[in-house]
Amino acid sequence: MLSDKDRIFTNLYGQQDFRLAAARARGDWDGTKEILARGRDAIIEEMKKSGLRGRGGAGFPTGLKWSFMPKQSDGRPSYLVVNADEGEPGTCKDRDMMRHDPHKLIEGCLIAGFAINAVAGYIYIRGEFYREAENLQIAIDEAYAAGLLGKNACGSGYDYDLFVHRGAGAYICGEETALIESLEGKKGQPRLKPPFPAGAGLYGCPTTVNNVESIAVAPTILRRGASWFAGLGRPNNVGTKVFCISGHVNKPCNVEEEMGIPLKELIEKHAGGVRGGWDNLLAVVPGGSSVPILPKSICDTVLMDFDSLKEVKSGLGTAAVIVMDKSTDVVKAIARFSKFYMHESCGQCTPCREGTGWLWRVMERMVKGNATSGEIDMLEEVSREIEGHTICALGDAAAWPVQGLIRHFRPVMEARIAAYRSGLQRSAAE
Amino acid sequence: MPKVTVDGTELEIAAGSTVLQACEVAGVEIPRFCYHERLSIAGNCRMCLVEVEKSPKPVASCAMPINEGMVIKTDTPMVHKARKGVMEMLLINHPLDCPICDQGGECDLQDQALGYGFDKSRYSENKRAVKDKNFGPLIETHMTRCIHCTRCVRFSTEVAGVPDIGAIGRGEHMEITTYLDAAVGSEMSGNVIDLCPVGALVSKPYAFTARPWELKKTESIDVMDAVGSNIRIDARGPEVMRVLPRLNEDVNEEWISDKTRFAYDGLKRQRLDRPYLRENGKLREATWDEVFLAVSAKLKATAGDKIAAIAGDLADAESMYALKELFVSLGSKNLDCRQDGAKLDATSRASYIFNSGIAGIEQADVVLLIGTNPRLEAPIVNARLRKRYLMGGFKIASIGPALDLSFPLESLGAGPQTLSDLAAGKHGFAEALKAAKNPMIIVGQGALARADGSAVLAAARKLAEASGVVKDGWNGFNVLHTAASRVGGLDLGFVPSLNKDGQGGRDVAGILEGAQSGAVEVVYLLGADEIDNTKLGKAFVIYQGHHGDAGAHRADVILPGAAYTEKDGTYVNTEGRVQRAKRAAFPLGEAREDWKIVRALSQVIGKTLPFDSIQQLRAKMAAAHPTFATLDALLPATWGSFGQEGSMDGAAFRTPISNFYMTDPISRASVTMAKCAEVQSSRSKDTGTHG
Repeated sequence: MLSDKDRIFTNLYGQQDFRLAAARARGDWDGTKEILARGRDAIIEEMKKSGLRGRGGAGFPTGLKWSFMPKQSDGRPSYLVVNADEGEPGTCKDRDMMRHDPHKLIEGCLIAGFAINAVAGYIYIRGEFYREAENLQIAIDEAYAAGLLGKNACGSGYDYDLFVHRGAGAYICGEETALIESLEGKKGQPRLKPPFPAGAGLYGCPTTVNNVESIAVAPTILRRGASWFAGLGRPNNVGTKVFCISGHVNKPCNVEEEMGIPLKELIEKHAGGVRGGWDNLLAVVPGGSSVPILPKSICDTVLMDFDSLKEVKSGLGTAAVIVMDKSTDVVKAIARFSKFYMHESCGQCTPCREGTGWLWRVMERMVKGNATSGEIDMLEEVSREIEGHTICALGDAAAWPVQGLIRHFRPVMEARIAAYRSGLQRSAAE
Repeated sequence: MPKVTVDGTELEIAAGSTVLQACEVAGVEIPRFCYHERLSIAGNCRMCLVEVEKSPKPVASCAMPINEGMVIKTDTPMVHKARKGVMEMLLINHPLDCPICDQGGECDLQDQALGYGFDKSRYSENKRAVKDKNFGPLIETHMTRCIHCTRCVRFSTEVAGVPDIGAIGRGEHMEITTYLDAAVGSEMSGNVIDLCPVGALVSKPYAFTARPWELKKTESIDVMDAVGSNIRIDARGPEVMRVLPRLNEDVNEEWISDKTRFAYDGLKRQRLDRPYLRENGKLREATWDEVFLAVSAKLKATAGDKIAAIAGDLADAESMYALKELFVSLGSKNLDCRQDGAKLDATSRASYIFNSGIAGIEQADVVLLIGTNPRLEAPIVNARLRKRYLMGGFKIASIGPALDLSFPLESLGAGPQTLSDLAAGKHGFAEALKAAKNPMIIVGQGALARADGSAVLAAARKLAEASGVVKDGWNGFNVLHTAASRVGGLDLGFVPSLNKDGQGGRDVAGILEGAQSGAVEVVYLLGADEIDNTKLGKAFVIYQGHHGDAGAHRADVILPGAAYTEKDGTYVNTEGRVQRAKRAAFPLGEAREDWKIVRALSQVIGKTLPFDSIQQLRAKMAAAHPTFATLDALLPATWGSFGQEGSMDGAAFRTPISNFYMTDPISRASVTMAKCAEVQSSRSKDTGTHG
């Protein structure tokens, strides 16, 4: 269990003030000038050494991502874009960070912006996060007033501006290139890659897009050293991570924990355990709605990090742990996910546009059992036709929950089909 | 050049190419819906997926740039599975209405479903139905069939430059629409019909009239403007069913204007299908013998200097050549092919052609428009200008009326005064023109078809010479015509010639003046409908043409000719490119091909022209006018002094076309064009809160 001295987000619950003075008391903005004075390469090197993997879901090493940015400008400016469009169902970590600890993010934006030689940073915040955007803006204004941002930020000689841009509530705008399109004022649709944002991103200029958490932890990593961060967790899955535990637990919460904590321990220690006890657990979606569901048998032992969850054919995603106890209609739960993805598909790529609706419609029938067991195979096949065949990962995200359901709960689906059929026969006989 | 391997064949291909292009070079066909060579890459249909070694997922070949040593496989189980999956997805919500779909038989989805489709659907849910949209009088929509490739959206925003088509909604509720349910505000909107890979956007006038396999396809040339767009005329029996573009990179690429595409229904209305003779003030039906005798008697009885001929805007070179030969033999010098009175100088070819060629626009970096609105006069030229604008590093300015060309341009002034200022270097743009690598001047008929046209032409020439518009390897002095016959007529010298004693023949203005005063007694109109008929006075008017338009109403004798779809003819476009149109259908009723009418008439008169076939005629024509010997190519014209320097009046240049949809007898007879004109005029009216 993570000891308090290793906690990065010390005001995750808003027990203290979010403003600059309180943030400084918590250690933010301490020695930022000295960190910047180490130079770009040193910062990126330190981030690489820390082993931080992106906290937005895909787990791409953050330091490596920063190193892709051009060292020398070809005339185009570089930008930092922070993805605060936290829309993954079950996830609510960035929201609390911005609401209660915005200065961690702002300091991180300055350091990251400096490291990638950006002229400005944009925080694209989910439209529904109204109060969060307010707090963030207050904090940015404070930082400007204190000389921490703007011209000669922190007295480092580096000029840096930071802007908050509010989204309009589309899940797809959390995909980095769709986010860039939306930021440019266009319809939020993912772009083709390559070119990747580091080559041509916002307004065609080199851009790094990072999750809020990845940026917000950077200053602490640089202050305490890469080896401290790398010493937490398991190899290749290091550091701390904010987990969002929701669903059928006694005390749903956000909690910062070490990577690689056993799922059972996470739920029992921090969320007050599963409603009705661990044995009442049915399944857990460990990383937000896009990752495949895990049945209790796996949940008993699985560790919460990228590689462990990948081994059991799921994923850490955003670390949004959705707990379902035995009262759950798991087919209906996944059908609801399918409806979400149908609704949020941008409509560009054929497989996702057409396939997500197909999945949902079949899933709706599966909820009732109004299907054949052959259709379970068909459902699986359709999900494979979507997966990997689209521009962005929304297609994958729509396919995986269905695949997870079939993998682990096929008997439930078949039983329901059988029940429905026998019901039909009974009513026909009557 | 990087080396890649496509299905085991190693090949070299230019850096920056895409995987799909590499496959095409290797001769491997990649199915696609959204990809189109002339549009930006969308990569959204996912039909073109291929396998690339070391890539775990199939990649969209249209969007993936090649890398050195890439190994591409297009014929693996992974590829087939992926494409079959995409095809299945495309079909689940696509209606099974091929039997009543106009795209049937030429549908990309149909064709590719044959290769990648399942034999039956696994989709047992309800199919999506989408409300049809209003795209105006030209484009019929069946939006349930739409597969969301966004080619139409990309065409309208990129090529046409009107962001009128777009997609609203998300996911399976995404719909292609004109947003406000209004007609597409482009003169090239019909091209989306060709671009649409399915039957979602189809031609409204052609709807439910024919199947592609029952049409006879004839490759021909368009005459609705002076661009000479390469077209394919699809006819069923005597009826032209539709007009489609043909690929010609140098002229129209693969676009045509809406007038080119849709004016064909004008071929079925107001037609002259038999000879007429005016008796007691009224036209009566007559036989060829009667009309030939009447014309012959009149011509024989009239002195050569009292007869005159005017060639119209749609005349083919063969008939103009024949008519000129006939009139020369009758001793007349009163010939003109410039109905609008443009002061073009037939003696110097460089003075009246689009010297750089239409494709040359892509090399130009600074362009000055003088008295022209290319968007209305030649939408295809305008599209090329827009294409150049999109490439960047482009400056364009105009002298003349305010223009909306679908890209930004600078307005320098309204009339000749600005031209003089430019020539005197008194204007900032003069510097830009001088400093340009490939400067270009485009002179329109609005600047030439006026009393001081010759002086304007001379001023434009001087500006061109002073600004380096004409230099080694580059001639950016361009004249943009509006009439398909014009350059051919000038090449043939169908203009007033000088007498031995220096006395000139009459031009159009002179002919009309003579007709009013009685100095000209017989006027032969070869499809000339744009002159002021009220000025023909008491002259005996012979009208040879295909439509009962202005000229026929005034005529004393009507010789029914053939429209451009009904004859083999040579047209020279504004670039000076000699192109051959081919007959797609036979002339109507007793109408005949135009050169044959002149040839037959010459025999009746007793001045038999020395050719019996079109081949003989063309040989004679090419011998007399060598430019006609070279087909489909641009011959560089020698620069010379032209135009008559003189004072220019202060009147602003006016665009010669106010109604794009009705500019000639065919488009004026077209119901489709009338509908377009109506939509256009209602669009320009203020409505709603502005009304």
